This record gives sequence, C-alpha cells and structure tokens, in this order.
Amino acid sequence: MSTLLIRGGHLIDPAAGVDGLKDIVLKDGRVVEVAAPGKAKQAEGAEVIDATGLTVAPGLVDIHVHLREPGQGHKETIATGTAAAAAGGFTAVAAMPNTTPTNDSPEITRWMQAPERGSSVRVFPIGAATRALKGEVLNDYAALKAAGVVAVTDDGHPILKDNIMREVLAQATRNGLSVIQHAEDTRMTQGASMNAGATAFRLGLRGMPPEAEYGLVERDIRLVTELVHAGATKAGHQPHLHVAHTSTAQAVAAVRQARRNGLRVTCEVAPHHFLLTEEHVGCYSTHAKMNPPLRSAADRDAMIQGILDGVVDAIATDHAPHAAQEKEVEFERAPNGITGLETALGLSLRWLHHEWKMPLGRVLSLLSAQPAALLNLKGRGTLAVGSFADVVIFDPKQEWTYQVRDSKSKSRNTPFDGWTMQGKVKWTISEGRVVYRG
Amino acid sequence: MSVTTLTLDEVSHILTRASFLEAEDPLERAKRLAKRKIALLFYESSTRTRTSFELAAKGLGSDTTLVSSLSSSIEKGETLKDTGLTLRALGAEAIILRHPNSGSPWLLEQETRLPVLNAGDGMHEHPSQALLDLRTMLNHLRPGVTQVGPETLAGVTVTIVGDILHSRVARSNMLLLPRLGARVILCGPPPLLPDVAVDAGPGIEVERDFERALAQSTVVMMLRIQAERLAGLQLDLEEYKTAYQLNGERLAKFAPTALVLHPGPIIRGLEITPEVADGPQSLILEQVHHGVAIRMALVERALTQKGGQA
Ligand SMILES: [Zn+2]
Repeated sequence: MSTLLIRGGHLIDPAAGVDGLKDIVLKDGRVVEVAAPGKAKQAEGAEVIDATGLTVAPGLVDIHVHLREPGQGHKETIATGTAAAAAGGFTAVAAMPNTTPTNDSPEITRWMQAPERGSSVRVFPIGAATRALKGEVLNDYAALKAAGVVAVTDDGHPILKDNIMREVLAQATRNGLSVIQHAEDTRMTQGASMNAGATAFRLGLRGMPPEAEYGLVERDIRLVTELVHAGATKAGHQPHLHVAHTSTAQAVAAVRQARRNGLRVTCEVAPHHFLLTEEHVGCYSTHAKMNPPLRSAADRDAMIQGILDGVVDAIATDHAPHAAQEKEVEFERAPNGITGLETALGLSLRWLHHEWKMPLGRVLSLLSAQPAALLNLKGRGTLAVGSFADVVIFDPKQEWTYQVRDSKSKSRNTPFDGWTMQGKVKWTISEGRVVYRG
Repeated sequence: MSVTTLTLDEVSHILTRASFLEAEDPLERAKRLAKRKIALLFYESSTRTRTSFELAAKGLGSDTTLVSSLSSSIEKGETLKDTGLTLRALGAEAIILRHPNSGSPWLLEQETRLPVLNAGDGMHEHPSQALLDLRTMLNHLRPGVTQVGPETLAGVTVTIVGDILHSRVARSNMLLLPRLGARVILCGPPPLLPDVAVDAGPGIEVERDFERALAQSTVVMMLRIQAERLAGLQLDLEEYKTAYQLNGERLAKFAPTALVLHPGPIIRGLEITPEVADGPQSLILEQVHHGVAIRMALVERALTQKGGQA
C-alpha cells in the first residue's frame, strides 16, 4: 500500500492532546508518524495531500446507524450507507441489528463485514440482544463477539421485561460487551407518532410522553445498580449501559446522576434532537417523524446543555434511511427516522462550535474519540502513531448548503435539505485509502 | 384544510357567499360549476357530511364522483398519493377528503396539487363543521351578520362538552371561535380532555365541572364519545352520564336560554337526552341545514380560487 503524507494541516486530535500544525504520514493503513511541519522522516516517495489551511482530525465515528442490509436494500445498502458516511467525514460506523433477518448470528455479522459488501468505511456490527428483537430469548453473546460485534441492542424494540434486561446486562458484562438501550416504554406510546403535549393535541396526533423514555432509563439504571451490588464486576468487567438517542431532559438528568454514583452509564444525542423541536412537525412533515420524537424546546435546550457540560458522551446520527414512497404517506403511517451521516459534522460545527462556542476539539471528540472509546474501538478516534489511518480533512471556515439531491445515500429523508452547514469535508481517508474527495 | 389557515376576511367571504348561494334561484346556481368535476374521497363512512358536500357540489351544477373505502382500490392497499393522482388523471378538479389520519389533506394536496377540502381528518379538524356551527350561532346571536371580525362574538361563551380529545369538531371550533372574540370553555373528564388542551390556542379554558360550565354558557356544544378511537381507554358510561349528560333538568336549571348544538351523530340517552335533542333550545337540525350552504361556498371557493376562473 502506498504512503500518504498529509502536509501543512492543523491537526486536532483530542485523545492524543494534539492541537497544532503537524504533518502526518500514513502507511499500510496505519499512522506511522506525526511530525512538526516539514520534519516528517518517513515521507519519502509519499503521495502528498496538501492540507494547508485545513483541519486534520481523526475520522469520525458514528455508533448509531441503520445500514439496512441484509434485507432492506431498497432503503440503503452497506455500500451506499458507507459512501454517505465517507462524504460526511465518518470512517467507522456501528450498524444496528434491525435488518431482515435481524443480526442474531455470527454469520450475519460476518456477512455485513465481508469485502463483497463494498463498504467505503469500517462497519462495526451491533448484535441483537435478543432473538429477532423480541425481548424474550438472549442471543449467544460470546459467539457474536468473536464474529465482531461491538455491542448488543434491540434498538427500536426496547427490552421491557425486567428479568430479560437484567439477564442481557449480566451476559453482556460477562462478555465485555456494552448494552445499548432504545429507551421507550412502548406500553405508553401505542399509536403515538410525535411528542406528547399541546402541539400533538392541536394536530390531533397521539403523543409519546417523555416519561416513556426516562422511565425506562431509570429502570435500566436501577438494574445496573443491582448488578454492580451483586458483585458482577468481580469477573473483571464493569456493566456498561449506553442510552441511545437521548431526547428528554429527565433522561439526561438520570444519566448524570448514575455517573455521579460511579456507574458506567453513557448516552448519545442526535443532531436533530439538539437542533429541532416538535414544532418542526409543522404540516405533518414525515421528515420530522422519528423515534424518539422531536421534543419540546426545553428538552432540546437540555440536550444542548448536556453536550456543553459533558454529560453527553457522543453525537450519533441514528441515520435511518427510508425510501421515498415509504415516507410519502400519512404522518401516522410513515416509518420513523431520517438520514444523518452527511449532515452531522456540518450541523455540529455550525451550531455547537460556531453558534454556541464549544471548542472545536471538544466537538470533534464527541464525534470521534469519545464514541470510539465508548464501544472500545481500538485504534479509532485518534491519530496517534500506530492508530488506524482514519482521517477527515475539512475546511473549518467554509459555509456550504446541504443539497439532498446530491446525497450518496439511497434515501432522501432529511429535514436538513437546504440548511447552511459549516466545515466542508475535503478528504476522508479510511485505513489509508481516500474514500471521499470533496 | 384547517380553520387556522383561513383569515377572518376569508371566513366573512365564505359566510357571505353561503347566504347568497342559498338564496339564489336553483337553476341559476346550477350553472355556476356546470361540467366541473369534483371527487369525494371518503375513507370513513359518513352520512351527514358526505351527503351535505354532495348536495352542495351538485347544487352548483358540478359532476361528483364518490370514492369510498368500501368500493375501490383503496381496499386493495393503494396509497393516498396514488388514489389522488388517479382521480386527477380522471379529470377531478378538486377533492373532498375524509380520512382517518390527521394531516392527510396536506399530503393529498402536496401530491396532487389539486385543491383539497378537508371533510374531517383523523382527530385533527373538521373545518366545514366549525363554519356551519358559526353560521348557526350567528343566525341566532347576530342575525344578518356575515362580515365577521375579532369582536363579532365578544361576550359569547361557547362550552364544548365531552370527548374533546378525539373530536375534530372540537378542535376546529376551539381554534376558530376565539378569533371572533368568543370565550371557549372545554368540559370533560381528564381521559377525554387532557390539561394541555388549554395551550392549543388562545382564548381556551378548561372547566371540569359541567354545571359550572353550563351556568356561563351562551352556547353548549355536545359531543358524542368516539368509542372507535378510545384505544383501550376504559370509561364508566354511567359515571360519565351522571357528570356530563345534558338532560332537561340540568339545562333548565343552569342554562335555560343557551343554544344547544351537536355535530352528530347523536347518541340519544348518552351525552344528550331525547327531550333536549328535540327540545326548543336544540339547533341540531338547523346545523344540518346550514351545512349545505356553507359547503356550497367552500366548493365554489375551491374551484374558482385555484382554477383561475375567478
Ligand atoms: Zn432507536
């Protein structure tokens, strides 16, 4: 494999504590040297990328995407989904198991990672916590882990039964896997299609109350607490509960409290939950329909606050492509979800960094170092020597407009079409290969 | 689509045209939309609204086609978008839609680019009903008035009673009447009337005590319980009747001069007793009568506004 020299760029690598002008040498899919400008020793014969005036950072890591394969290739394929990831600056994505069939087995896990899928970036499958996401019978976590899964979840189908969730946490802990919960008490959300409240009432739509989310987060934290008290940590692993796509103020508060109590409880927030509110449903726009739903302005503000003060561990997109005909239906009948891989960096830089003054390094950390650490993706989320050569190079100052018609994703379901973004991706490099050139 | 998209000038125009068209010679009136094609697309059964719209459209001379969920490709799983496009291809110039999902008129309009009249969408709105209710009220409280403004109903208190949560009639009325200066009181038990209802718009109040609400009412609008939308909600009907039924005794004691409205269908002996429904304060049949006039004005507006034949 050829050698690549990224020259003249401003390297921001929060995990390595680097924030300055550096040259980087990539070789055989790894970072082999990080040097002061012009001082790289291993750059002989290297192909050169001139990053003058640009920011160089570890490739972004999205721990919550739906790539739809196997079985739902009309929405997205691993090839198109990861092409969208590359365009958005992502070099690693963790794929949710709600495919057809669901990812219950080492075979499917390996199939998703096979070279024939034509993936642009590294795909880390997440296994189904229970068979067919039914919340009844646990899958074989040791076998799944050996095949490459990085966590287990029943995303989209929350595990409601206490005894099953207790067992999922215990088994996952024994196998050193994180448990990701889509926190929604579905007994409280039957027939609901948006956040509960005055807006839902006015629109004549049944609402999902915030307690359906935070109630389950609180229940899960209680189960983790019990597990810790029962001595589960003696085996060497600490239980890790990760709350997916947090959307309510109380859920963030519960995670904050759990952390104060010394538990390993983490959470992620999606860009739409720190930017949009239930008012964006407007005239029943199905591009504002997702689960968890867009919440109140107070909840949205709590997401921003949680990101700024550090309780939120990662920004994750919940990239959920759906075919046009599936979204061009009555609001209540439309499937949940929006795409997000191509807009996450641009929105985060524009709003978190530019508008709300979060340091660039911290924003990038939420999009790379922290999510990588959260799922224990070794050698990702940093450009320290020896790490994977996963790099994003972008112009931090350039404003640009997102045009969904140019999307690499197979689907077009986004509320951010026409939005002004900041930070244009110029190169995305995955394990030493240029996979996107903007 | 929603009463919130109508300005008060537009409401006035509709009321004025309703009176004009109602009084017009039927033969003259039938020339107004002669040869124009209107589709009635009904995904829910409805006698009152469908017949009313049909009579209105025919009264203006237009050709109407009824497509209902029991008699068509809808049953075979065709989407609203495709049904709408088919109707347009068949020559429909406007579609009158009744649909079980809130917001479906927007979808149909967006996909067909045809004028869509909302004949009731899910739990959301039933704008033509609110307009005919308004005409009924004006006829008694402000006789002869068709030009309305923000003060027209000043001093009038309208109480809407019963299953507010599931009622599109309630939503259209509560969003329209306060803009004309009326006070709207919503009355019902919490499972049928959530507290957040007061935040649906300005000028809306909640009073759980029926008799206290009645005592303040100029108009009482009774709603039926929509059993088909209760979605697992358990309701003790005897308890409900004790608290919220409008019977002769209650009416005489607390609101002896109030006007009694009901959008129908009425369930006699549940939310309202026969003596009240058929009594002198009841305007239930008059509402039906005003429906045709209002809908003539709405159909005319739909076909002359966007069709460019003003
Ligand atoms: Zn989810």
